[in-house]
Amino acid sequence: MFDLTGKSALVTGASGGIGAEIARTLHCAGATVGLSGTRVDPLEALAAELGERAHVLPCNLSDMAAVEALPKQAIETMGSVDILVNNAGITRDNLFMRMSDEEWNSVLDVNLTATFKLCKGVMRGMMKARWGRIVNISSVVGATGNPGQANYAASKAGMIGMSKSLAYEVASRGITVNAVAPGFIETAMTDKLTEDQKAGIMGQIPAGRMGTPAEISAAVAYLASAEAGYVTGTTLHVNGGMAML
Amino acid sequence: MSDIADRVKKIVVEHLGVEEDKVAENASFIDDLGADSLDTVELVMAFEEEFGIEIPDDAAETIQTFGDAVKFITEAS
Repeated sequence: MFDLTGKSALVTGASGGIGAEIARTLHCAGATVGLSGTRVDPLEALAAELGERAHVLPCNLSDMAAVEALPKQAIETMGSVDILVNNAGITRDNLFMRMSDEEWNSVLDVNLTATFKLCKGVMRGMMKARWGRIVNISSVVGATGNPGQANYAASKAGMIGMSKSLAYEVASRGITVNAVAPGFIETAMTDKLTEDQKAGIMGQIPAGRMGTPAEISAAVAYLASAEAGYVTGTTLHVNGGMAML
Repeated sequence: MSDIADRVKKIVVEHLGVEEDKVAENASFIDDLGADSLDTVELVMAFEEEFGIEIPDDAAETIQTFGDAVKFITEAS
């Protein structure tokens, strides 16, 4: 659909369901992909599946020194980072009144602070190239909130505010910064839900089904493309109509 | 004029697209040479590469004029 030949993309959380599909889609469009994540085995398996133009770049995003090193490693391995997809995220759900500082901080660190540091780490190269695409994977709950997820929702809303601010600053340099906000997507995370929970969720989704990782990765591929050069600071909601924002 | 000043001036002229004679000792990148705040970040990046030095963020903020840049780089390199 979109041609990313010659571009290098760094995807965090590439060991997860959505991240792996984002990497596949960008790779299929011709990009060289850097697969980052904490679990090396699934990253190696994905790299083997993709074949050429795929590099494994393990990184624990709760280790800030490792986060700061990741863009440098990606540039050394791939030559540049033209496309950054901040997809990695964690949840540590709890009722607000019971939420510990540790639960709050760990989610904000991985989801928001690591995103900030990675954006900063790739910005110099993008500014020099006068071309860059940053796609931050937020969530519908960043816009709507969700009981039990004050930390996660805050981090995902924070990513949107950060993306818009950065989008203002670097638009004149040919760099776009956008967010994709998935609704409920079929992944290992949602497989764990009971049938009752799933039925409850379906009732809130006009499309009457969960989304697929490929429906998220298609949105990312669009925002990463040359064709989306005039789209910046936006949030593309991919949620089956669950929240029309 | 020193070699460093010549190289700094070349970067400023190329990056900001200004006439060479406008780049005076006390010429402010933003007020006199039409740079925006992001241009100043890019100038610092270019100085770092040209001279193989690290310019920390707090030092970069003090580099407001052509003279500031030459002075900082002369001391750093």
